[in-house]
Amino acid sequence: MIGLRRKKGLDEELEYREYVSLSQGQMIWRAFRKHRLGNIGTVIVVVLVSAAVFAEFFAPYHYAEQFRLYPFSPPTTFHFRTEDRFTLRPFVYKTTREFDPETYQPTFVEDSSKKYHIRFFVRGYEYRLLGLFKTNVHLFGARANDGSEVPVFLLGTDTFGRDLLSRTLIGGRISLAVGPLVILFSFPFSIVLGGLSGYYGGGIDMFLQRFGEVFMAIPALPILLAMGAALGGFGLSATMIFLGIIVSLSVISWAGGARVIRGQVLAIREMDFVTAAKAAGANDLRIILRHITPNVMSYLVVAATLTIPYMMLTEAALSFLGYGVREPMTSWGQLLNAATNISGIEQHPWLLIPGVFIVVGVLAFNFMGDALRDAVDPFTIV
Amino acid sequence: MLPLLVLVSLFSFAIIQLMPGDYLTRARLDPQIKQETLNALARRYGLDKPFMTRYLAWVKGILTRGDFGTSFETRQPVFFTLFLGSRLQWTLVVSISTMIITWLFAIPLGIYSATHQYKASDHGLTFFGFLGLSIPNFFFALVVLWLLVAVFKVGNYGLGIGGLFDNRFIAAPWSVAKLGNLLWHIWPAWLVIGTSGMAGLLRYMRGSLLDTLSLQYVQTARAKGLSEHIVVYKHAVRNAINPLVSMLGMTLPNLVAGSLVTAIVLNLPTVERAFWSALQMQDEYVIMGGLLFFSLFLLLGNLLADILLAWVDPRIRYN
Repeated sequence: MIGLRRKKGLDEELEYREYVSLSQGQMIWRAFRKHRLGNIGTVIVVVLVSAAVFAEFFAPYHYAEQFRLYPFSPPTTFHFRTEDRFTLRPFVYKTTREFDPETYQPTFVEDSSKKYHIRFFVRGYEYRLLGLFKTNVHLFGARANDGSEVPVFLLGTDTFGRDLLSRTLIGGRISLAVGPLVILFSFPFSIVLGGLSGYYGGGIDMFLQRFGEVFMAIPALPILLAMGAALGGFGLSATMIFLGIIVSLSVISWAGGARVIRGQVLAIREMDFVTAAKAAGANDLRIILRHITPNVMSYLVVAATLTIPYMMLTEAALSFLGYGVREPMTSWGQLLNAATNISGIEQHPWLLIPGVFIVVGVLAFNFMGDALRDAVDPFTIV
Repeated sequence: MLPLLVLVSLFSFAIIQLMPGDYLTRARLDPQIKQETLNALARRYGLDKPFMTRYLAWVKGILTRGDFGTSFETRQPVFFTLFLGSRLQWTLVVSISTMIITWLFAIPLGIYSATHQYKASDHGLTFFGFLGLSIPNFFFALVVLWLLVAVFKVGNYGLGIGGLFDNRFIAAPWSVAKLGNLLWHIWPAWLVIGTSGMAGLLRYMRGSLLDTLSLQYVQTARAKGLSEHIVVYKHAVRNAINPLVSMLGMTLPNLVAGSLVTAIVLNLPTVERAFWSALQMQDEYVIMGGLLFFSLFLLLGNLLADILLAWVDPRIRYN
């Protein structure tokens, strides 16, 4: 296909146009670049994924570390103003929990006698970066001039005094991994069963479609809750329960994908180039792999991108209700499980912050998927 | 449809059997309950029999006596436990009113979006649509509750939160004040559930109308000198709305199952909530009944979608 590319010649004054042929991938990339919201979404996705990958570096504390003196501490206040002047070096004060003499409500009171400056690349607990390099450097921490340290809770703490920022970063790993993992489990089934169904038709198609319909007639969230409850009772470790959740999500979602792939394959099967390949003596396997698969590929990428936000939402709802990811593992939905009752939220509104991450993450993936769909659409044959 | 329901029920029954322990697990831990009593209870509820026997007994009960089993918790038939206290009525009221409101907003906005393609307002609507789609229902419900309670402090004005009525209205006969109270309690549900379905519908209407507007008969209508208003509303929208009608049937079951989380957070007295408490109590037969109810709704919705589509568009015929 022919595309247009602007090129600057050696003579900078002269701008001339040159016709070049673009591959399908290049054209999709060009169309994708035009979708502004999609690009913003992609950038946010990259930021969130890197935050999750380097979570221990960005997290000031271990996600399970309990600061017994700071249960339900609100986000630490950053000060930019000393007695006389404004400073760009923010500092925090040590806080202590005190009880209101009348209502007995706990409040955190600042002790403004000593300043603890925010410092970058401080030493903290030891971890392995990317699971490989042993290090103990963390992005930030607060230390006074005499070397004493005080904990900083950027997003506050939970009932056990665990730092919500560290937990949100670590939890982001699970929340972001759910979608890709479900795709990894369910797409092979969707592709193989949908492909068989569409390519061969007849009895196989009939049987597989009826089989798939059963899974589509099951209401997703209620059955997922029941599955989550079933998983809870075998004394499984948190990791195994997480895997169980992934499998349940895959069981529920493969059929929808298979149906769409069947439709795509069915349409491509009737195309002239498939007839030509058949006439040339290509066998079924070759036609499926070399002629049909490349045409379904772009659809698969789009479907995968749009599956991720849906799975994030479902996992969040399950974990929020207590039937998804379980302690000691954590995810954004699981963190919101602490914010179930309204009086708790009223007193500790910062517990809602992980929800903002869900919204931003899902929104970003949706925009990315939408842009990808728009970009892929005009350049696919079907 | 019936074979589907049978398979769905078998699948759900299998899942529920996988659930750890059963209703008697708690009773067994109680030293005051004798072993004989436990055995008698197990026999009475058929907990000692193998899986297929129990399933068949359950199906037989449904077919011969319309008996969906007994709730372990309330000792009442499942039917009562799930639907009693006008739960079914409230489920339908909440879902159908939410659906109507979603459509009332989404269709005109979709038309506006399509007729103002690529303008700032179109992008804005797309953005807000996606935002509504991307906020988890439970989180949005929590945020609304938090705003009402902590920021606007509605409690100071004597306005209650959660449920469908303030306590003093629950037993009261219907009156304007009670209706007003219902409206006050139901709008968070409309907002939370409605926004999640809005984006899909809006985008769909927009896409469908854009497709229709590019057809030749629309061009002809314009060439005839018809006003843009008539071209859009009388010629294009009438045809563009056809595929949406099929979504009407499909969105309703989604609403019922989708409002599950919202009903839990906002404490709405609906079937979903009864299902949720049964789930926590491991009240097997009520869970089964709930799952069947949701699937039946899903299948009926799909059927309704097919019928509506054939009714709206005479070109479509099913064999």
